[in-house]
Amino acid sequence: MSDTLVPEGTMIGRRVERREDERLLTGHGGYLDDLDLPDALAAAFLRSPHAHAKILSFDATEALTLPGVVAVFSGADLMEIQKPLAPKVQHPQLRDYPRLPMPPQELHYVGEPLAVVVAESRYIAEDALELIEVDFEVLPAVASTAVALQENGPLAHSGDESNVAVLLTQSAGDAAKALAEAPNVLSEEFFVMRGGGHSMETRGVAARFEMATGQVTIWDTTQAPHYARQQLSVIYEMAEDDIRVIAPADVGGGFGPKAQFYGEEVVIPWVAMKLGRAVKWVEDRQENMVTSMMERSQTHRVDVGFDDNGLLLAVKDVIEHDQGAYCAGLQVPSITTSTVPGPYHVPNIEIELRACYTNMVPTSSVRGAGRPQAVFVMERMIDRIAEHLGLDPADVRRRNLIQADEFPYKVGIMFRDGSPLTYDSGDFPTLLEGTLERIGYTEARERQAKLREEGRYVGIGLSVYIEGCGLGPYEGAKIRLTNKGRILVTLAAAGQGQGYETVYAQIAADGIGLDMDYIEVKTGDTSRIPFGQGTFASRITATCGPAVMDAAKQMRERLIDTAAVLLGCDASEVDFVGDKACLGGDLEKSVSLQQLAQTANIGKHGITMPRGIKAGIETSSYFSPERAAYASGAHAALVEVDPETGEIEILKYVIGHDCGNVINPLLVDGQVLGGFAHGIGNAMYEEPVYDVEGQPQATSYLDYALVSATEVPPVELFHIQTPSPLNPLGVKGAGEGGTIPAPATIANAVEDALRPLRARVTRAPITPARIVDAIHRAESTSADQD
Amino acid sequence: MRDHATEFPTRTQDETHTVGCTVNGREYEAVVDPRMTLADFLREKLRLTGTHLGCEHGVCGACTVIVDGAATRSCLMLAVQADGAQVETVEGLAEDGELSPLQCAFKRNHALQCGFCTPGFLMSVTAALREESVTTEEQAREVLSGNICRCTGYTGLVKSVLEASAGKEGNA
Ligand code: FES
Ligand code: FES
Repeated sequence: MSDTLVPEGTMIGRRVERREDERLLTGHGGYLDDLDLPDALAAAFLRSPHAHAKILSFDATEALTLPGVVAVFSGADLMEIQKPLAPKVQHPQLRDYPRLPMPPQELHYVGEPLAVVVAESRYIAEDALELIEVDFEVLPAVASTAVALQENGPLAHSGDESNVAVLLTQSAGDAAKALAEAPNVLSEEFFVMRGGGHSMETRGVAARFEMATGQVTIWDTTQAPHYARQQLSVIYEMAEDDIRVIAPADVGGGFGPKAQFYGEEVVIPWVAMKLGRAVKWVEDRQENMVTSMMERSQTHRVDVGFDDNGLLLAVKDVIEHDQGAYCAGLQVPSITTSTVPGPYHVPNIEIELRACYTNMVPTSSVRGAGRPQAVFVMERMIDRIAEHLGLDPADVRRRNLIQADEFPYKVGIMFRDGSPLTYDSGDFPTLLEGTLERIGYTEARERQAKLREEGRYVGIGLSVYIEGCGLGPYEGAKIRLTNKGRILVTLAAAGQGQGYETVYAQIAADGIGLDMDYIEVKTGDTSRIPFGQGTFASRITATCGPAVMDAAKQMRERLIDTAAVLLGCDASEVDFVGDKACLGGDLEKSVSLQQLAQTANIGKHGITMPRGIKAGIETSSYFSPERAAYASGAHAALVEVDPETGEIEILKYVIGHDCGNVINPLLVDGQVLGGFAHGIGNAMYEEPVYDVEGQPQATSYLDYALVSATEVPPVELFHIQTPSPLNPLGVKGAGEGGTIPAPATIANAVEDALRPLRARVTRAPITPARIVDAIHRAESTSADQD
Repeated sequence: MRDHATEFPTRTQDETHTVGCTVNGREYEAVVDPRMTLADFLREKLRLTGTHLGCEHGVCGACTVIVDGAATRSCLMLAVQADGAQVETVEGLAEDGELSPLQCAFKRNHALQCGFCTPGFLMSVTAALREESVTTEEQAREVLSGNICRCTGYTGLVKSVLEASAGKEGNA
């Protein structure tokens, strides 16, 4: 992608290198653990070794005698903060279990915090953990949705009546009737594992209490500082202005888990206030593996009805979703339910959700958030329809895709934001055709046929997907002319590597009509801007972008009006040259930004302002989208599978992507390609396995495989741009599109490769062992039939 | 430049050691617990926080530094083992404020997003390119495969290695 079409003088659309890079490349980033907090104490948490247990007794006497240990608090010692951490996305029918910061009585997953040690160093704090004596009564554990939903099975929460968190059905048309009448019906059960966020920087919280002002400052690796402050002000019963939450300028990746709110975020600042000392806790990787929220498995039982031309008549999907020990929110399953129909005309839909509690770490959004599962199910079934009818899978997609002239397109069911699911814009056929062309689809099919004769197993996988993004309620920006004569853009949004300091300076530069060099961007600090939501669901460009643009346009007006008064001319005659507002482009007749600041912001004590000048050059804007925007894309993979070893070799991979207008192509490509690597992890490697007792089995990177450069294949990426009509910049989200359809695409390719063997791919990740198993199963089924 | 090396007395261990080593051409000496890792020594004693800890079990490579010429995971090495060693960290790569060709290539190719893995990649690749040049994409991926990046998908990193290596040959 190039920016040659970008008009001269505008920054939006330009491939601008990042401002953040220099400090990060030289080791001068400021991540949470790099903060210089003199005399800060280190905290370490004691965590439940059991999936489900009652605490019978707790004794920290010995731990407290260890030199260097300052304090030990169990959950029972901090009853004043044991208040529920509310689920993010709720539903009136949700049976919610209070998730306490550090439960004093019953523990519900391995890794749940039960006590905190504060010491002079992390080394000592961890030594002390070993000296704490706890007696547990171990209770039966629920370690899968199958066990959770079985009759008279164990209960994840003692004394509950069932493990069901919520049962919901979404429907449009009459799926039962359409399925009964359809000439063809296919059914399948799919099991899709998602895995964790695995940001390279783990979570962390540091806090310092200022006795003199009664204010607590909290540094938090959160994706949503304002959300954290809101939760804390309720739990601590403190005014929000007395709680300052700062997401450091450098946060080492988020991917969803850092958008959630955790017990540690409540405990650490509270303990800092109690002790009157700064306290810092940085999660280690082992803790991260068991206590950071992850997405885990969903089981889908799907029926599709279709006519003899492969046209979809009905889709019915029953989803079992693993909510974990508590409901941190229904965002993931509700996104899944609304993503199932995807880019296709589906006249009759019925989607049933059974979310249940288990004794595993709570689940929440991870890059892709509920969508990869839905896309897996739908795209696998499209391939099955093609197989059943002897049609080309590309043709079945062509016949069912929503066409470019059908927008806005109403699907008939609801989206998680509470609005009727409506696609704003897109061009799915162009995405599909572009992808087919680049993968060399026709030749690939010919080659496949030839290689099959040689006994080689080559397959082609396709997927088309949609992604609801740019969610409400709102995001905002404040822009100020600083006393030094520079423009400061302040966002509530906190970045984790997306390049906000660059992107929002580009947008502001266009809005003000000023060179980017004079514009600085600050993010993620509740004391700098009062309201905000956070970075999640690929929402920031589409919500914060328009807010910045609007505030920037207002800023232009304020600057120009002020300059016009000083220059004694009409505002229409003033424009910027460098950092000077000039009359008719003449530098001789100009005022600098610094002079504007001197006049309107700094002023002269006790002296009347020049007439016509409005004091205080500051603007702000909040943008609330009417509903979610829809990004979309198509993926295609060419793979070869070795049926002996089950090894998959990806020979070629193409991504077609549409996120509306692009602000910075360099960074958008980065988002898509990064997301793609995560998708390959989901498709082939990542699995947070728990045993039947609820003990996590993958607690290091020796057991949990993250992809390295050798596992990720090269990708050919192209973009189309269908601007969103829902925001003035016409943008959509780009953070998750690389991830979402990758498992479906690889699964389709692998099953296609193995079609002569009739092996079925119904689980993700698709590992060599599963492939070999599937081949054996197919062999024994066909032997039975012979 | 902050030098806290002598300001941090060790508090609780009876048995302590004095470690003297050269980091980025500058000599340091500090008293440490025998169990302190080299990573914690660099970060906490010397306040060189560019070296990051992503896993502390030797897999992610974020903590990679160069010790006596070899790329080394500083989370797996004890500070006392670095006594007398020449250590290079990310803070030493840019000379007089000029980014190294590899650092420039990273910026040009958007080879970093959150930047947390970046110092580790820079040090691994710097050590590898000193040994031999990298001319194919496959070799580049091999050189990068000891480090994990969750953000970038490696495309920009692969390009950067190839460009830096080509540039290096050109300069020689
Ligand atoms: S922190 Fe040393 S290898 Fe991960
Ligand atoms: S840039 Fe974030 S982990 Fe590599």
